[in-house]
Amino acid sequence: MYAEIGHFALILALFVAVIQGVVPLVAGPMGSRRWMSIAGPASLAQFLLLVAAFGALMYGYISSDFSILNVVRNSHTDKPLLYKISGTWGNHEGSMLLWVVILATFGAAVELFGRNLPSGLKNRTLAVQALISVGFLSFILFTSNPFERLVNVPANGQSLNPLLQDMGLAIHPPMLYLGYVGFSIAYSFAVAALIEGRVDASWARWVRPWTLAAWICLTVGIVLGSWWAYYELGWGGWWFWDPVENASFMPWLAGTALLHSAVVVEKRDTLKSWTIFLSIVTFSLSLLGTFLVRSGVLTSVHAFATDPERGVFILILLCISIGGSFALYAFRGPSLMGGGLFKPVSREGALLFNNWILTTATGVVLLGTLYPLFVDVIGSGKVSVGAPFFNRVFIPIMTPLVILMALGPFLSWKRGDAKAILSRYYIVYAATLAAVVLTYILKGDSGWGGYFGMGLATWLGVGTLWELAERVKLGSIPLSKSFSRMRKQPRSSWGMTVAHLGLAIIIAGMTGAGNWKVESIQVMKFGEQIDVAGYTYTFEGVRDVRGPNYDALEGTFNVHKDGEFIVTLRAEKREYDTGGMPTTEAAIHTMFLGDLYAVIADESAGGYVTRIYWNPLVAWMWGGTAFLMLGGLISLSDRRHRVGAPKKSKLAHKTVAGEGVSS
Amino acid sequence: MKRKTRRLYAVLVGLCMLGAIAALVLAALEDDIVFFFSPTEVMEKGEIRADQRLRIGGLVETGTVHKGEDGVTNIFTVTDLANTIEVHYKGILPDLFREGQGIVTEGYYRNKVLVADEVLAKHDENYMPPEVADALKKSGKWEEGQPISEALKNGHVPDQAE
Repeated sequence: MYAEIGHFALILALFVAVIQGVVPLVAGPMGSRRWMSIAGPASLAQFLLLVAAFGALMYGYISSDFSILNVVRNSHTDKPLLYKISGTWGNHEGSMLLWVVILATFGAAVELFGRNLPSGLKNRTLAVQALISVGFLSFILFTSNPFERLVNVPANGQSLNPLLQDMGLAIHPPMLYLGYVGFSIAYSFAVAALIEGRVDASWARWVRPWTLAAWICLTVGIVLGSWWAYYELGWGGWWFWDPVENASFMPWLAGTALLHSAVVVEKRDTLKSWTIFLSIVTFSLSLLGTFLVRSGVLTSVHAFATDPERGVFILILLCISIGGSFALYAFRGPSLMGGGLFKPVSREGALLFNNWILTTATGVVLLGTLYPLFVDVIGSGKVSVGAPFFNRVFIPIMTPLVILMALGPFLSWKRGDAKAILSRYYIVYAATLAAVVLTYILKGDSGWGGYFGMGLATWLGVGTLWELAERVKLGSIPLSKSFSRMRKQPRSSWGMTVAHLGLAIIIAGMTGAGNWKVESIQVMKFGEQIDVAGYTYTFEGVRDVRGPNYDALEGTFNVHKDGEFIVTLRAEKREYDTGGMPTTEAAIHTMFLGDLYAVIADESAGGYVTRIYWNPLVAWMWGGTAFLMLGGLISLSDRRHRVGAPKKSKLAHKTVAGEGVSS
Repeated sequence: MKRKTRRLYAVLVGLCMLGAIAALVLAALEDDIVFFFSPTEVMEKGEIRADQRLRIGGLVETGTVHKGEDGVTNIFTVTDLANTIEVHYKGILPDLFREGQGIVTEGYYRNKVLVADEVLAKHDENYMPPEVADALKKSGKWEEGQPISEALKNGHVPDQAE
């Protein structure tokens, strides 16, 4: 019964979305404010209906109701409760339902927290949001109904793919979707602004917190996926430039650009047209990502069995939303010109440069991801574009960005003085040089990538700290005054400092993990020892262990360094009761300077095949991302960004901006 | 400087940057893309340079998966139901690797053997890589929707020794 209610709620939600999408847009030009304001209550109704539908499906999973086809295909009574719940979105139908639930959540949030928005803009934004919802709700109802019932009810389900029964992956899709779908708000705001033909600083102030929130979620989602690949797939790798990974990385790059250009609109009332463009591009890339993942047109490590009919449906949605919004942009965009002028060397100039590079990088990733499709379509064979291409192109493109990232925050608005900055930059030069020399001493002649990466990370990290020191006048005024200046820094500029520092740490981590990884594959007999990167691994033996719903073969390694005991690693190979594929559970011991990583595979030649890695500085990547996220959160908590912050803050930040101290 | 001159300079700098990036991308595309072949296409090609990376896809032939003398190299045969290729892969096969499954593998073709450094099997056991599905269809031994196990049984797979 509840499943039918869920299904019915879904259908009702579609009707509500149609009303929410059409009525305000039609009523707008007719000047009927009362009809327009239907968008607000409708967005709440749509949200409640979709939560009901999602709750119904989740109840089906928790109660293991095998009269629902979707539950049969993806669940099993033996599964721990957490994975029964995560099973709700661990499949195509459920994940699309989650997609629209999040879309509606953002819509309802705009209605609830956006009471101070001008009513026209708010209603139009909600209407655009609802139109996206109409597309995806009809997609679900017509091609992927999650509530399909079975006549012959089986005794048990087919279970969730064991690889997906994992904590990191349980929350990876919701975070990723929060990011993807969160950019829909920026998109809806942009389209609404185009319809109204008006974009000003306050528009940017309303859009930025939503974009920032979406960006934080997307960052977390991407990193969780990367982390999962690192410990679950047992390859010791963390990024493969796989089409599905790229699908989430492209909106991230474009979203990062959008965050920065929105600052310019907010502070200087310029780059408006460009920011609108980026808003549309970012969400379009999110849609493209959904399409790539869900249609299976590209071969990916992460691809799941797919249905071509669904791909075509999403493709049509993609064309309508991207085509429609760009047509509107072409029509209305030119009227958005104008705003403050600035010199090439200025804060605006630096942020514009940031945007050029980030969009170029996005374009290159897009090209590399879709290239196999082009080649296939023109019939000149099947190709794949992998890590060598992306590393070779992406790193040179991003390098100038990172170099400039350390300098940009020093520049003042309108007109900056690069010479003055470079001449008092001696600490950063010295630190960078020291990092390169230190890398050479520690690592010897191990390729230029190591020196280069470490130098770049130090340049950015020290440059960012130096900028903070200069901002609080550390050393030139008494320390206590510096501290009080530090306390008075706006949260958004703290956010920038923390996030930029995070990127520096990530670059150092990626450099280490990418350049100095040590890997060793061999057959080991019991008691046998092997040295990997200065650590001695002793293979102590194997035993059978029983988990909640699997049997595992557990291999034990004792690790010593210079005769001193470090840790006991237990790597597992699991066979789930429901059959299917065995899964590898790598044993990982994380240390500040690197991870000890051991994998056990099948029996061979009187021993076991083992794969042992030394993965240097991996923890830095995860730690750096935590900084990135924290920076985002700090910036989000800035009172200026609170939707509907009192008007006087506009004056306050104008003076701050004049001094050139805030981000 | 007048505003127009400045704009001209900005456009010129932008174009130069764009040109440099385009050159970079084209060079990388030239060198770093990897072509996909089915076992039949490899046979037809005859000569393949030892330093050319390639991707091969097909089904893992039943009963061919075994370990090499070092105990670490996995040896198996990939088939498109018309022709086969022997693959040597040193390392641990992905969890979803098994006989009769569609896989994609990448490496260098040397002495009639694909020395692979990458084997891709999927998270999803029912998944068939699109290239593999194409290769199988081309070989004429399989049609969309037909169970793979059946095709493997019925399809004539020539013995390597013949």
